[in-house]
Amino acid sequence: MVNWIWLFFIVISVVVAAFNGKIDTVTQAAFEGAKSGVTVSFGLISIMVFWLGMMRIAEDAGLLAKLAKALRPIVRWLFPDIPKDHPALGYIMSNLSANLFGLGNAATPMGIKAMQELQKLNPDKDTATPAMCTLLALNTSSITIVPTTLIAIRMNYGSANPAEIIGTTLAATFVATAAAIAADRWYRRRSQTPPSSPQLHHATKPITPASHTSGGGEVV
Amino acid sequence: MYELFSKVSVWMIPAIIVFIPLYAALRRKQPVYETFVEGAKDGFGTAISIIPPLVGMMVAISMFRASGAMEMMLSAVRPAFDYLGIPSEVLPLGILRPLTGAGSLAFTADLIQTYGPDSMIGRIASTIQGSTDTTFYVLTVYFGAVAVRRTRYALKVGLFSDIVGFFAAIFICMYIFR
Repeated sequence: MVNWIWLFFIVISVVVAAFNGKIDTVTQAAFEGAKSGVTVSFGLISIMVFWLGMMRIAEDAGLLAKLAKALRPIVRWLFPDIPKDHPALGYIMSNLSANLFGLGNAATPMGIKAMQELQKLNPDKDTATPAMCTLLALNTSSITIVPTTLIAIRMNYGSANPAEIIGTTLAATFVATAAAIAADRWYRRRSQTPPSSPQLHHATKPITPASHTSGGGEVV
Repeated sequence: MYELFSKVSVWMIPAIIVFIPLYAALRRKQPVYETFVEGAKDGFGTAISIIPPLVGMMVAISMFRASGAMEMMLSAVRPAFDYLGIPSEVLPLGILRPLTGAGSLAFTADLIQTYGPDSMIGRIASTIQGSTDTTFYVLTVYFGAVAVRRTRYALKVGLFSDIVGFFAAIFICMYIFR
């Protein structure tokens, strides 16, 4: 699906730009995009190095295992395939906690580290495991208690009550996360049932198995 | 309430940075500095390994935004929004949010500036921006770092939750801030 979306973006951009006489702009945008890809990765270096160092201390001191233990019921429910006491669980929980408290630059290194731990459990290194997909789902819908950046922007533009969006954001992020977990569960179960009669089984389920066009934006 | 929250978030990182090494040194007698350096070693390589997937993805997204294709796709669904009474000014956010964090933040700031932070548009935009993360970025970086090529259903799940979150944000705001 990623391959199709990628191709779709590039092809549609060039075609539309040709029609609008914006071919120069699109060429320029391509190289600006490449540049920002490198810039973002370089920006990640310092954050990655710092947090991975910190997290190693936390792991060796048994703090991550403590965190995973404290949140065991949630962990068992979300990630049933990960063996008890595997280091991946500690990293996953620290990633989710960092998201929750809006520690954006800590969340990414911990999430990446969790992925690397999950990759060690992966029998087929090219293909994502269900646990990886669940971690992704939780991160893309990211529950955040206080959207600090937005409150700061609202304050800047003279809002009478900059924090009034905390409640609505929390409600919306809760709905989005619930949808992510539900969809993830559904796909996970679907991918684990033996391929006996997939069509009969799932014809009436709410989420369609989606061809490449569904993510392109038509639904919005 | 917000005062309390902002205090907590200011103190959170320094508290973590002090607590982890202090606990490790006092309770576990760990050589904390050496452990830090040992763990930090992986950071550089990991960040560098993300460059190829991130460049690929950002090129496509940057082209898509610059070409005007987004506006074209949006004009097709705009009448449906008008019919439902949803301010269609927030519509581009539905597409921008999963694609680019910086881009959608800039767009949100622009809407807040134009219509005011306490307008319905300003509130909806703030809520959309705060309630989900940049799906394409998370997917590219997380899978890129472990060189997983077949991502299975992960993107579908991410985009599905983005769509649900987008509409949830709109309807929750329209209900709460009537």
